Amino acid sequence: MTTTRMPRPGTLLVPEARSAAEPAPVSVPLARALGAGLRDAMAADPKVVLLGEDVGRLGGVFRVTEGLQEEFGEARVIDSPLSESGIVGAAIGLAMRGYRPVCEIQFDGFVYPAFDQIVTQLSRLHQRSAGHLRMAVTIRIPYGGGIHAVEHHSESPEAYFAHTPGLRLLTPSTSADAYLLLRQAIACDDPVIFFEPKRRYWERGPLTVPEDPPPLMERARVARPGTDITLIAYGPTVRTCLDAASAAAADGRSVEVVDLRSLAPLDWATLTGSVRRTGRAVVVHEAVVTAGLGAEIAARLTEECFYHLEAPVGRVGGYHAPYPPARLEHEYLPDLDRVLDAVDRAFRY
Amino acid sequence: MSSGDSSDDYGVRLLNPDGSACEHVDFLALLGVEGLKGCYGAMLRARHLDEAATALQRQGELVLWIPLRGQEAAQIGSVRAASPADFIFPSYREHAVAWDRGLPAVEVLRLLRGITHGGWDPAAHNLANYALVLASQTLHAVGYALGLQLDAQLGPRLDAQAGVPGGQEPAAVLVYLGDGAMSQGDANEAFVWAASFNAPVVFFCQNNQWAISTPAARQSRVPLAARAAGFGFPGVRVDGNDVVAVHSVTSSALARARVGEGPTLIEAYTYRMGPHTTSDDPTRYQPAGEVDHWRALDPIDRVERALAPVCDAAWFGEQRAEAEAAAARLRTETLALPDPPPDAFFDEVLVTETEEARAQRASFREYRESFQV
Repeated sequence: MTTTRMPRPGTLLVPEARSAAEPAPVSVPLARALGAGLRDAMAADPKVVLLGEDVGRLGGVFRVTEGLQEEFGEARVIDSPLSESGIVGAAIGLAMRGYRPVCEIQFDGFVYPAFDQIVTQLSRLHQRSAGHLRMAVTIRIPYGGGIHAVEHHSESPEAYFAHTPGLRLLTPSTSADAYLLLRQAIACDDPVIFFEPKRRYWERGPLTVPEDPPPLMERARVARPGTDITLIAYGPTVRTCLDAASAAAADGRSVEVVDLRSLAPLDWATLTGSVRRTGRAVVVHEAVVTAGLGAEIAARLTEECFYHLEAPVGRVGGYHAPYPPARLEHEYLPDLDRVLDAVDRAFRY
Repeated sequence: MSSGDSSDDYGVRLLNPDGSACEHVDFLALLGVEGLKGCYGAMLRARHLDEAATALQRQGELVLWIPLRGQEAAQIGSVRAASPADFIFPSYREHAVAWDRGLPAVEVLRLLRGITHGGWDPAAHNLANYALVLASQTLHAVGYALGLQLDAQLGPRLDAQAGVPGGQEPAAVLVYLGDGAMSQGDANEAFVWAASFNAPVVFFCQNNQWAISTPAARQSRVPLAARAAGFGFPGVRVDGNDVVAVHSVTSSALARARVGEGPTLIEAYTYRMGPHTTSDDPTRYQPAGEVDHWRALDPIDRVERALAPVCDAAWFGEQRAEAEAAAARLRTETLALPDPPPDAFFDEVLVTETEEARAQRASFREYRESFQV
């Protein structure tokens, strides 16, 4: 674990928490938890700076950075030119000068102009400099579909980055994780691509900061324990899988849901432990299934849990077609029925 | 200014090819005789080291060499304008910059022998590692310059946190790119950012007329220095084979940057007197007449002519002997470089090695050891 600096209980500064009469967990939207994480990270370390398009004056198109420029000034919350390669390239230079930049890429489909800086520079400078440089850069990317958007605003590009050595990938699915994982990403001395499930931005969840938080960065979370099959999900599909698990319970099936949280590295111990107990697994993500994270997970589980498996590892995800226009996205996105169908197939095998 | 690579406008010039001084309305020579003698020694050393490295590649001791022949004045004149506090971002041909900055010559060859992709500590000489993806370093330079601005704005708070007294020496960033890199998106984004934030950065473009086989005319219809005006900051073309002019123009641009007057683009008009790399055959595209023309403009000969009236043959002999000795040392040191351990490619992928990487490294070692009976 690298330098992680966690806030103490009571230092959490969510507006709703300030006025709360009792210290019971407050329920906040995921986007708000992210904003609180950014705010607390900036308050704790003057080297933390934000840069991105519309992050300052506007507070970000999803308002995740709302109020931060007012509080910390234009020097530390930088409204950038409309230049994604520039955002990541400048963040690299800032990190070389000792800052901890947090970049916002406005939408998933706009990360591609910055792809070169991420894969040829950011991910390699630590090794290229023989360990002398540390790229403490966090790149926040709202990702995934389901918000009825136009093209390039609903994509799931995580596999490109998971394939690249030298990067860490995190994605939260709850408000509590959103806060904690983001604090840890910013405190981490490695580059972190932080995928935010944008269609879950407005879903509320309890937000507390544990006294002695466990090292989460590489650890998956069992979101719902079960005994018959393991659903492996992350980000926006965790909720879908939890709903599927509830529906399956009515049919007498006990479904375990694992929330990966870290896509690079993957927490193989938790995954193999779960699958050896349940004997069945289905990976669920929004990204195109072809050569996606599901393929990697299925291959590895087959290698490591072959004699425990009762059925091939299933995959549910995007079809091999560009993410569709809004009126078709409900056909394309993995939903509760498609997950249950995959569960049925695993039991029929 | 006339247009494209057919230009006979070499830009700001303070030393004629015959070694005589000339004047320019905007720029004064800042190098005295001692300064010029120092540049001569550094340029001569760079040429000898460069030749030694080419020879090592031809003998199979380097995987590649990237010759700088012809660009000694552009590199030495500019790097000697930088203060130790200034931070320098090279591209990949700036060996003379690196060596003059204090990086041991063999460190560059460590990279080109295939031992490392970089290796040196950027903080040791305020010199970043080489960047092979064209223009990628221009954005890093702007980011670093933004960091210098932030240091000044947040200074008291940062200093208090670090427990050090405030008041840093004003510094700027000097970043090198080539005529080919001027067509890259990153260079143009860097110009936008630098202008928008009035960043303390100097873009030093060595226009050596050829991007492998692509002539500078394919990169631009206007002189490259003229591009700066469209971004909103000054652009200056300087005779890249005139070390006095390069030093003067770069000093002026860095001084502007350090006092908050923003970025400058310098186009050093020069010529690559050799292949792009040792894998290239420039006779397929460089016209012989063009090479002859530029040979007559050789940057080291020019300084030799300028110093001839004030330095005797013994002094020139000493300079040559020192350069030859440096080249011989480089050869010895290069051949003595140990190969990296077989699993070195696992090192420093991340600051903290993941369980996954540890397991892969262990598996790799076990596999290798399975062959050792």
